[in-house]
Amino acid sequence: MKAWRIFFAGVGGQGTLLATRVVGEAALLADIPVVVSEIHGMAQRGGVVESAVVMGEAHSPVISDGEADILMAFEPLEGLRAIRKCSTHSLVICNTSPVAPFAVASGRDQYPEVSDMMRTISSQVDRIIAYDARSLAREAGSELSVNVVMLGTLMRHGKMPFDQEMVKTVLNTRTKRSFLNMNLKAFDLGYQVE
Amino acid sequence: MHELLTLQPGSKRLLLGNEAIVRGALEAGISFATTYPGTPSSEIGDGFYQVSQGTELYFEYSVNEKVALETAAAAAVSGLRTMCSMKHVGLNVASDALMTLAYVGVKGGMVIVSADDPSMHSSQNEQDNRHYARLAGVPMFEPANSQEALEMTRAAFALSESYQIPVLLRTTTRVNHSRSIVEVGPLQTPRLRGSFKKDPLNLVPVPMVARRLHVELLAKNEKLKAEASGSSFNRVRGQGPWGVVTSGVSYNYVMDGVRELNIADRVRVLKLGMTYPFPGQLCLDFLKEVEQVLVVEELEPFLEEMLKVAAQEQGLTLRIRGKGDEWLPRYFEFDPVQVRSVMARFFQLDYQPPEVEMGSHLPQRPPNLCAGCPHRASYYAVRQALGDEGGIYPSDIGCYTLGLLPPLEAADFLLCMGSSVSGAGGFSKAQKRPVVAFIGDSTFFHSGITGLINAVMNDHNFTLVILDNGTTAMTGQQPHPGVELTPEGRRPPKVDIEAVVRGCGVERIAVVNPLQVEKTIATMKEMIEGEPGVKVIVSKSPCPLFERRVTGKKQKVVFRVTNECDMCRRCLDELGCPAFTYCEDEEECAFISIDEHLCSGCSVCKQICHAVKPKKKRA
Repeated sequence: MKAWRIFFAGVGGQGTLLATRVVGEAALLADIPVVVSEIHGMAQRGGVVESAVVMGEAHSPVISDGEADILMAFEPLEGLRAIRKCSTHSLVICNTSPVAPFAVASGRDQYPEVSDMMRTISSQVDRIIAYDARSLAREAGSELSVNVVMLGTLMRHGKMPFDQEMVKTVLNTRTKRSFLNMNLKAFDLGYQVE
Repeated sequence: MHELLTLQPGSKRLLLGNEAIVRGALEAGISFATTYPGTPSSEIGDGFYQVSQGTELYFEYSVNEKVALETAAAAAVSGLRTMCSMKHVGLNVASDALMTLAYVGVKGGMVIVSADDPSMHSSQNEQDNRHYARLAGVPMFEPANSQEALEMTRAAFALSESYQIPVLLRTTTRVNHSRSIVEVGPLQTPRLRGSFKKDPLNLVPVPMVARRLHVELLAKNEKLKAEASGSSFNRVRGQGPWGVVTSGVSYNYVMDGVRELNIADRVRVLKLGMTYPFPGQLCLDFLKEVEQVLVVEELEPFLEEMLKVAAQEQGLTLRIRGKGDEWLPRYFEFDPVQVRSVMARFFQLDYQPPEVEMGSHLPQRPPNLCAGCPHRASYYAVRQALGDEGGIYPSDIGCYTLGLLPPLEAADFLLCMGSSVSGAGGFSKAQKRPVVAFIGDSTFFHSGITGLINAVMNDHNFTLVILDNGTTAMTGQQPHPGVELTPEGRRPPKVDIEAVVRGCGVERIAVVNPLQVEKTIATMKEMIEGEPGVKVIVSKSPCPLFERRVTGKKQKVVFRVTNECDMCRRCLDELGCPAFTYCEDEEECAFISIDEHLCSGCSVCKQICHAVKPKKKRA
């Protein structure tokens, strides 16, 4: 299988690493070669979190600029910041609900218009699927499931080399019992996004 | 039982490099492990900790890396298989012990993990610790992925035991924190009881002994050279007149490059896994087979220079390149396209790297102290106590280093663990401004105490604030000697910070709760402005993330901004809690609000602003 590269960008606390790990474990379950890279430590304290899943014929755990087939942006500003990873072939799945960085929250910097950012991303990639994943997550039961909502969308539109059931199986083993139904609902809501 | 213990031999798992190292050690029959946590090594110690709960593995979080290494060395000399893991700069602390342990040697296999951090994702420098293998004269392995991390760990134990020498397992962030598929092997029953045979003429390196031991170490190194040349981790892939030599994570980028550039029939890749002692014979054989060689390794030209020496000794004149403006840099980690581009240039191939669109100016999102972090309250109090004049703030290593950013700006100088205390002493002797130093509780135990004793002895003049949040927060809430909160409840600390400070000879000590703002400011003012000398304030309040995890305590209140707010902005401009947001309504009228989801209920803002009021937190 030709290499298939998914770059994840989000903000500390959004569950970016869990989403990355679920995709990786699902690939393993489907017997597809996979490498995952994460960054832990200081970078996580409310800062940018970036991670990657590379499937198929590739050894490198990281994705270079311009190499991502898919960008999963859990936050719109981080989506635009990660646009360097994309090319005109890329698919971007982007949550449009912002998390203000401190400089913006304190009024010292301006948060760019979300619609402008989506237009900029859209003009540089093959396709963008942008929607308010936070409200879908809320509908599923908790804002904390933005990551799982977006996994649903990835499985629908990401030309993934394995079935959505694989992801549900992993969610089953990797999430707390009490959150499972909520997560499955979040996944389905994300899967229904056109 | 921990997952790493229950995996069936032959089964496949997606493991972090760090998890693979733990499994590899268990497969080698480890019975003794020590660490001081530090990114990107922390999950190794945490893994051993979990395994030790329910098995007979001895594991400890040691007070610092030097202590960890010496403790593990004694176990290894007693015949146990031991591992000591740390981040790259931790090995600086432990290096004093390492240099002589190489002479003295071990009985049971001993593996020392150095987790390097190219690109400094979470570090103050990006030193290349492969130099330590050469400096100490100990063998070294460099895994490229999780499977190799497991296999090399296992092999390192065997090699260590058969040559009675500690072995360095040198990883980098992208190995420690990448997950890849690992097929595990069988676990080995560990030797649990060691025994120590007295042998001072080999174990006590007084000059007479050390002179002989050094000669013996060099002889061991000669034999190990042959081991390296024959190691199954050092092998040639492919055929052709072009050569690439690589090690560690860079190997992945090289192999992807070979495939993407479609040059598998023209290039021969020498992949080195055991990189010290230098596998000279193997490398010479390789150099004779190729016309030119590109060396792909992150950071220092470690392999490149040894290859050049080997070539020179044999009178080989082929082109060997690696580092330099034209080729690869000595800084930061590599990425696949960068390596592919350099390979294409070196072998004169057509290759167009993907075009990259760069975003315009975007608001930055640096990491920040959490909402409710007591460090913020301590910094706020010091800044208030010192007024506009301010002071000099030597800082240290931990979450609290993030206080360097506006609006707190409470970090002026930092070198390494403990440098806040000794640095403060130096500043107080070199210049006139008041000096207030900050150090965390775990860092104080790690490296702060010696500096404090020195300051008392030499009549330095500063105030040291020990930011005691009750845990080693930054690296994942590991314990330290002063821990009081445990899942079983609060207990007296094994080592009391205040008593240590008093024991160091400090006479003026105050303990404050930084979440009590006015009292804290008053105490700080009194201490800082008091008679010159060494003064210590223990600013004590638990890390809220840690407290919630350990005690399961539920938050009862959040705070909100009422319409009494007069937009003075002190909350934003002086405190800088990330739960606060500056907003504008539809008529562009500004107001300030608190995000209920982020607010931890610490009440610091309420104490500095009359417009902030509590309300019950919704369940």
